[in-house]
Amino acid sequence: MTFAVEILVAFLLVLGGAFILIGSWGLARLPSLMTRLHGPTKATTLGVGGCLIASMIYFPATGGAWSAHELLITIFLLLTAPISANMIAKSHLHRQGHGIDPNPADGIATGLPPAPGGADWATFHGAADDEAPLPAPARRPPGQG
Amino acid sequence: MIRRLLPHPALSVLVGLVWMLLANEFSMGALVLAAAVAVVVPLVTSRFWPDRPRIRFGPAVLDYLAIVLFDIIAANFQVAWIILTRRNRDLRARWLVVPLEVRSPEAITVLAGTISLTPGTVSTDVSADGHALLVHALDVADPEAEVARIKQRYEVRLLKVFR
Repeated sequence: MTFAVEILVAFLLVLGGAFILIGSWGLARLPSLMTRLHGPTKATTLGVGGCLIASMIYFPATGGAWSAHELLITIFLLLTAPISANMIAKSHLHRQGHGIDPNPADGIATGLPPAPGGADWATFHGAADDEAPLPAPARRPPGQG
Repeated sequence: MIRRLLPHPALSVLVGLVWMLLANEFSMGALVLAAAVAVVVPLVTSRFWPDRPRIRFGPAVLDYLAIVLFDIIAANFQVAWIILTRRNRDLRARWLVVPLEVRSPEAITVLAGTISLTPGTVSTDVSADGHALLVHALDVADPEAEVARIKQRYEVRLLKVFR
């Protein structure tokens, strides 16, 4: 392994580690759940990416086999990070909507912006039906349900 | 006949490719197994995919991927800078409503994922009629400009990818 490759790998590892550290620090210090979501969805993708690229360079350079797994890890990470963030955000909307976990820094207490066209946001769509008491089974028309 | 055997050709290619990457070696055995998986998995799961996304493969896809990859890297530096330097009380966290022109569910999903991965925004919800996205922004001075940026940068390019 040449000196230049060593420098490159070390640089990528330090860069990746720094971004993971900053993302975690953001998770700790930002004021509310919605703002905290920004740290792990972004700052850590480059962090993990840096470590994976370092691994892709290091192993072939030291006589190991080139591996495609780093590429797959990157793809799966990029696919799953927005989905988990979306799920956390949606459950947070519901908790705030029910006043369980209100945080003024999120601005949900002052009201979400309304969806254009008068439609509700999908996560609350039909929520009123869920909260209404269930109709008694005997009142259903026969043959249905 | 070929239509019934391969209900989703693009999905088959993707599954086969991922299988080959997982196997991590190029051998005849792995290739045969990848082909078998690529045929069987879309067949078994075809009930979950009643429609197929109509995608134009070509320069539009590469253009979109390149710009998203670049923006992910830029987003990392931007968010890291905000985390390190901005005081909490100076944060201008806002809710944005992005009206949508793309209509297909796949295109909206890709757009929402892109928004989550790129500078200072996390997509939170879609409106019940599928005509708008609810987006949370970490630090935005001008909400309208940010919405216009998202539409011009990503949605216009997505409209070229999805028919």
